[in-house]
Amino acid sequence: MKFAVLVFPGSNCDVDMYHAIKDELGEEVEYVWHDATDLSEFDGVLVPGGFSYGDYLRCGAMANQSNVMAEVKKFAEAGKPVLGVCNGFQILTEAGLLPGALLRNKNLKFMCRTVELKVENNDTLFTHQYEAGQIINVPIAHGEGNYFCDDQTLAELKANNQIVFTYSGENPNGSLEDIAGIINERGNVLGMMPHPERAVDTLLGSDDGLKVFKSIVKMWRESHVS
Amino acid sequence: MSVSLEPTKEQIKEQKLYASMGMSDEEFAMVEGILGRLPNWTETGLFSVMWSEHCSYKNSKPVLRKFPTKGPQVLQGPGEGAGIVDIGDEQAVVFKMESHNHPSAIEPYQGAATGVGGIIRDVFSMGARPIAMLNSLRFGELQTKRGKYLFEEVVAGIAGYGNCIGIPTVGGEIQFDPCYEGNPLVNAMCVGLIDHKDIQRGIAAGVGNTVMYVGAKTGRDGIHGATFASEELSEASEEKRPAVQVGDPFMEKLLLEACLEVVKSDALVGIQDMGAAGLTSSSAEMASKAGSGVEMNLNLVPQRETGMTAYEMMLSESQERMLLVVKKGREDEIKVIFEKYGLDAVAIGRVTDDKMLRLLHKGEVVAEVPADALAEDAPVYNKPSQEPAYFAEFQAIENSEPEVVNYKDTLLGLLQAPTIASKEWVYDQYDYQVRTNTIVAPGSDAAVLRVRGTNKGLAMTTDCNSRYIFLDPEMGGKIAVAEAARNIVASGGRPLAITDCLNFGNPEKPEIFWQIEKSADGISAACTALNAPVIGGNVSLYNERSGEAVYPTPTIGMVGLVEDLAHVTTQQVKAAGDVVYLVGETATEFGGSELQKLVYGKIFGKAPYIDLEVEASRQESILTAIREGLLQSAHDVSEGGVAVALAEKAFGAAGLGIDVTLEGSAVTALFSETQSRFVVTVKEENAAAFEKVIPDAKKIGIVTADANITINGDTGVLLEGTVEEFRSAWKGAIPCLVKSEA
Repeated sequence: MKFAVLVFPGSNCDVDMYHAIKDELGEEVEYVWHDATDLSEFDGVLVPGGFSYGDYLRCGAMANQSNVMAEVKKFAEAGKPVLGVCNGFQILTEAGLLPGALLRNKNLKFMCRTVELKVENNDTLFTHQYEAGQIINVPIAHGEGNYFCDDQTLAELKANNQIVFTYSGENPNGSLEDIAGIINERGNVLGMMPHPERAVDTLLGSDDGLKVFKSIVKMWRESHVS
Repeated sequence: MSVSLEPTKEQIKEQKLYASMGMSDEEFAMVEGILGRLPNWTETGLFSVMWSEHCSYKNSKPVLRKFPTKGPQVLQGPGEGAGIVDIGDEQAVVFKMESHNHPSAIEPYQGAATGVGGIIRDVFSMGARPIAMLNSLRFGELQTKRGKYLFEEVVAGIAGYGNCIGIPTVGGEIQFDPCYEGNPLVNAMCVGLIDHKDIQRGIAAGVGNTVMYVGAKTGRDGIHGATFASEELSEASEEKRPAVQVGDPFMEKLLLEACLEVVKSDALVGIQDMGAAGLTSSSAEMASKAGSGVEMNLNLVPQRETGMTAYEMMLSESQERMLLVVKKGREDEIKVIFEKYGLDAVAIGRVTDDKMLRLLHKGEVVAEVPADALAEDAPVYNKPSQEPAYFAEFQAIENSEPEVVNYKDTLLGLLQAPTIASKEWVYDQYDYQVRTNTIVAPGSDAAVLRVRGTNKGLAMTTDCNSRYIFLDPEMGGKIAVAEAARNIVASGGRPLAITDCLNFGNPEKPEIFWQIEKSADGISAACTALNAPVIGGNVSLYNERSGEAVYPTPTIGMVGLVEDLAHVTTQQVKAAGDVVYLVGETATEFGGSELQKLVYGKIFGKAPYIDLEVEASRQESILTAIREGLLQSAHDVSEGGVAVALAEKAFGAAGLGIDVTLEGSAVTALFSETQSRFVVTVKEENAAAFEKVIPDAKKIGIVTADANITINGDTGVLLEGTVEEFRSAWKGAIPCLVKSEA
């Protein structure tokens, strides 16, 4: 399986995403610069964290205007997997690929810590390797991770099982219903504030995030049995 | 000020206008002598800023010469953007620490942010990939609104810049004392990694080669920042706010990536950061180091404001800029790289053979001065030095124990002292994980990062107990280096080298200069004894507010090599049943201690004594024990003594406690700050092997499964309580101080 790690000016978790795929999963992966106009050679798109365009104007707003995002939208429409983490999640909401928005943390400060997440929905292409309700330890590092959407959207998210991860301990950022990650209705675009790519090696504290990537790869392999 | 309003040469001299730029009459006369004529306004500016203490070290050079700077591991000592140390496998570690005290006192967010940005540029200008940031901060005791504001905004500024640019802030230290109330200290350290073949230097070599300006455009911010850094703070300093630069971490991220691509090109000859004194220092120093000259046409300098004069452009400290020297004819190769990142890369001049820095603006030569005169020929002052009266008084005071009524309350009080209290409130705001190499995050003795692709790690720390140094600068200087090394060793690393940030008061006061000299003696002795040479650093003098100096604070930044990741060791206890050992003897030493400050509200007496031979051999034996796989945890004993060290060992280990018995006088046993001590834990089956490595280690107790801390003395229980009650006091202290109403 071949992954694209998008790189916008100001992306800074691109390296982490790249190494998680290459070193821990042993799959193919390439950096793709923001002005790319073709994603046809890739089987999965990873939108990494960081501060694309310095978070100026609004997190993710300017990244959404780049060439590659038009391709990402086509990629998603084709039903292929797209994962956005942290700033990547913010970009996907700006792109309209996921509903809602990420507001500033309730304490108005950046926060970096490892949190407990609950796998609310393990019936997705990103989470089928987890147990339902499993509690996992994954780091967060963001200033604007406070998920918000209107009541109708929230009702739809719930009705369609689109809430994939919630904060299971203390809600660190004030997000609505403790939401940490959501999926689109079709089930092929996941956005999450916590960083699974930082939790792929026990040497650094946790490998609980690895199954996100393993889930994607396993699903892809099974659907590509020759 | 437009050019037509600039003072004439004669006015500069007659009205002594140079004095407002921090230049003395004698220095102005020297400039006149060097040029053989009067300098114009721009030239006066060039000399004043290059001859400021911040750029020339004119007051501190005689002291800096004392430092040991050589060793087989040192690839680049002081003099370039940052020092470089070999770590094997054709790789090297690059690091430096720098102060941004004055800007942070006036405009804390931007002051701290641009301090971070500046030191990062120093590291990637060497060709290195920055991999970690650390810092060393000093504030008042968070009792005033202003003090809290400075603390919160400095932390936010460090976080804002470091998080955005994507370099993890992995460690540091913060101490609080009333002496820093009006003049906080903000020292930032950057650590980078480089392959030997990529090492760059800041030289303008090769006559005819092209001088290129890359990065952000030049504005009027930060004009005379280096001069401002070289004078005391006062109420009037608020007027110097325009001398504080404004940082743009996004711009620097682009500049960083572009520069790291450029260093792979053989079209690049030299590269240097436009830091303090901006375009002036980078051009003059690059020419001087290469023995060449530089001619620049300032019309070509990218500008973000209109009507800038030569003076303003040369003295601006706008951030996120670099000066390159590129092989003639290959400029386009460089431009393509910067264009990818949307950055300016403009040829603004050339390398000449006449050793002059020549500036053209609007078709005229606006400055023409010898590059060496700016970069190398600043006067050097041997300032008078005098032992202050307090020193003899303090030395005459016999060591004694402060009176303690209740041991448990005292430990709780110490754990709540902001210097000892948990800094989680701070490092929670720093992304300490980005780039996914952080093995030991903030909260242990030293941070440890893996070197990707190898089985090695880098341990790093910052340290300085300025109370000891105030009481006894030489002893305190030794302790600062020794404690940094203790942190590295306790984490499983061997010290490689140090960088230092010498923060002192006004060197024109003989008592202050004495503090500088003596602490440098102490630092030098410890560096030699512990085989950790000084590879670079910075000097920040004039740290005074309204005539009151801060404590002498020569901060030490140290990096060590962990040869095998299996050696990585943390301070927290690991398993019930493990044996707790105290390594090192304990004496009654409370001068400058946290307990003394807690009990008396002030410090006095002798600093703790340190024997560097004992220190070196003890560090060696701890490292041996770690390498033989005998230690479960290791922690040095520092502020607050053994009681605090034990409590810190218990925090962060869920469900575990400690039960120990200490011999001798209780107050000394619990809280003395005697040097060269460690508390370690060892699996029971390894106890015999451990006692062979360190025969004089004292078995003091065990790790328990009951989550209590119990410390017994000769006559029974001295203190006991749950880990949780001690931890919540320790963890809650700083958030509580920040929130409380001043």
